[in-house]
Amino acid sequence: MKKKNLAALLMAGAMCFGLLAGCGNGNDNPPADNSQSGAQESQAAEDDTQSQAPAGEAGGTFTVGVIGPLTGGAAIYGTAVANAAQIAVDEINALGGDIQFKLISEDDTNDAETSVNAYNTLMDQGMQILLGTVTTTPALAVVPYAYEDRVFTLTPSGSGDDVIEDNDNVFQVCFTDSNQGTRSAQYMDENFEDLKIAVIYKNDDQYSQGIRDNFVAEAESRGMEIVYEGTFNDSTSTDFNNQLTGAQSAGANMIFLPIYYDPASIILTQANAMGYEPTFFGVDGMDGILSVKGFDTSLAEGVYLLTPFSADAQDEATQAFVAEYESRFGETPNQFAADAYDGIYIIYEAIQAAGVTADMSTEEICDALIAVMPTLSISGLTSAGSEMTWDENGAVSKDPAAVVIQDGVYVTP
Amino acid sequence: MEFLSYLINGISMGSIYAIIALGYTMVYGIAKMLNFAHGDVIMVGGYVAFYAMSFASSSFLGEEPSALAWGLSTLVCVILAMIVCTVLGVIIEGLAYRPLRQAGSLAVLITAIGVSYFLQNAAQLLFGANPVNFTPVVSGQLTLFGGQLRISYVALLTVVACIIIMVALTTFTSKSKMGKAMRACSEDRGAAQLMGINVNRTISMTFAIGSALAAVAGVLMCSYSPSLKPTTGSMPGIKAFTAAVFGGIGSIPGAFLGGILLGIIEAMAQAYISTQLSNSILFAVLIIVLLVKPSGLLGKYVPEKV
Repeated sequence: MKKKNLAALLMAGAMCFGLLAGCGNGNDNPPADNSQSGAQESQAAEDDTQSQAPAGEAGGTFTVGVIGPLTGGAAIYGTAVANAAQIAVDEINALGGDIQFKLISEDDTNDAETSVNAYNTLMDQGMQILLGTVTTTPALAVVPYAYEDRVFTLTPSGSGDDVIEDNDNVFQVCFTDSNQGTRSAQYMDENFEDLKIAVIYKNDDQYSQGIRDNFVAEAESRGMEIVYEGTFNDSTSTDFNNQLTGAQSAGANMIFLPIYYDPASIILTQANAMGYEPTFFGVDGMDGILSVKGFDTSLAEGVYLLTPFSADAQDEATQAFVAEYESRFGETPNQFAADAYDGIYIIYEAIQAAGVTADMSTEEICDALIAVMPTLSISGLTSAGSEMTWDENGAVSKDPAAVVIQDGVYVTP
Repeated sequence: MEFLSYLINGISMGSIYAIIALGYTMVYGIAKMLNFAHGDVIMVGGYVAFYAMSFASSSFLGEEPSALAWGLSTLVCVILAMIVCTVLGVIIEGLAYRPLRQAGSLAVLITAIGVSYFLQNAAQLLFGANPVNFTPVVSGQLTLFGGQLRISYVALLTVVACIIIMVALTTFTSKSKMGKAMRACSEDRGAAQLMGINVNRTISMTFAIGSALAAVAGVLMCSYSPSLKPTTGSMPGIKAFTAAVFGGIGSIPGAFLGGILLGIIEAMAQAYISTQLSNSILFAVLIIVLLVKPSGLLGKYVPEKV
């Protein structure tokens, strides 16, 4: 009897789920459903070629997917991207134009495998354009699928060079790792004297390894002195006393940290406990360190980092965005938020330029957008007064600028 | 001097491993089970202390608390964390492990892994996934040899705490009545029961002590390495378990020795061989030790009687 009840309950549950799933699909736009099956898609594509006769008139509701770490150690990035993308989408939808967006997002916990699952979930929900993924390691796993499915992909912050390499459908809003590594070395060489550099990086993370490789190559070609290199990985990311002792005894006065803010916050605290006071130099992953709960922000004073966005910039667009973000989410947006906000507007501009409509197939949208991307020049929150343009490869022309943390805010030195 | 710094790093990290390993080894010695949730109890202890300390500093300590007020409130917070963890440990034992007392050891092992994941995910729901930064219970450093050698007070504190705990536990198990009951249970549970020892209560007591130690380890570990997130306890938990096996699981001095040695080997491997290979070297040493001495450094070899 008991077993029967259980079975009945399960059946009922399954049926309810089916109903819900049905509702979900019903609410979607017709093209959203098309991407679910190849046969339907090709048929729809045929229909579209007829209906879309007056080409150039962009319109319809586009389903944009966001994949990023909404939980886990890199959650600050994913939530920032999802939040800021929502703000941009709401702004565009409020304009009431022909182009409307529907935003769907999935968590990937900064894990490659989870990210692929998130991608599949979003595809099932009818994603047409991907704003993601937020971090590099998951991006490398997801991008081959997006390439095969012909989904136009714009990553707000997946900065790895390999993310865009050989994938014509993938474009970046942020600068690439090679760009960051090279620029960091260049900045140090030009602005500091008598440098003895130590590098502490995470060698099981493509992002960290990629920046480190480019940094070291540039530093060597400039004849800069790297006195110590220490690594860590996921399983040794809790204690850095040995790496710091190594750097200290090698006489390093500058520590380059091409890593995320979470281990960086441990490094700053442990260096302080040791009484070791070199200059710390981070890259875009350092962004977020000031918002770690319980972190003594005075430890971050004098830390340099590369970022294209500073929340206290005085231009109107930045001020409006920061005010909106703060009122909605109660925290100051970081550069990942700004990248995502720009990302949605880049997609918006690209759709207008290409004249695509939401009822076209994902592949048609993708090809049309790829064709227009190199022709666009867009100014945004992260373009630092100039305009962003893209090369054929998908890399953005944007110059990473160094800021230094003073009195708890980013200041251009 | 460099070597001394590395050695001190190793000993202080090793002390933390040792305190955690004591929890593993006591539970294994007495209940003959591997409590894989132990590492996550550490994380819970860290969170309780973190929130208690932020509550204390935001509600009544003010901007610049005196050293005494700060010290006292920190002590109260640590004791609070110990109480919460003790209760948690006893509840886990009562709900998840006691019903399986007669079941096979594999069933208990899987349950322990389940409890571990349960705690991690519950913590993620409760405290959020974003890492928080723990304020060290002590700050500053001791400067020796004209500034050539600096030892942080946190590192000293962990070593001192570890030695105190080690001595206290050894005295407790060898002298007190409860300690004797524990040793009796570990030797032969059935015979102990026949002699009138309440085995269930003894095992609960073991969990209580182990979990209180986990809270202390949590506070020390987070003071030493301040990032606290729901998965904070898992890797140190595994390393401490390794330390317990290394020293001879079931043996209290073994856990101490194993923990300290593990910390030193890790530090030396990172310092003089490679930061990339430190874990490989650590576990290679473990394998070699176990090949030569399967019961661990101080473990007793107990022959199976037929």
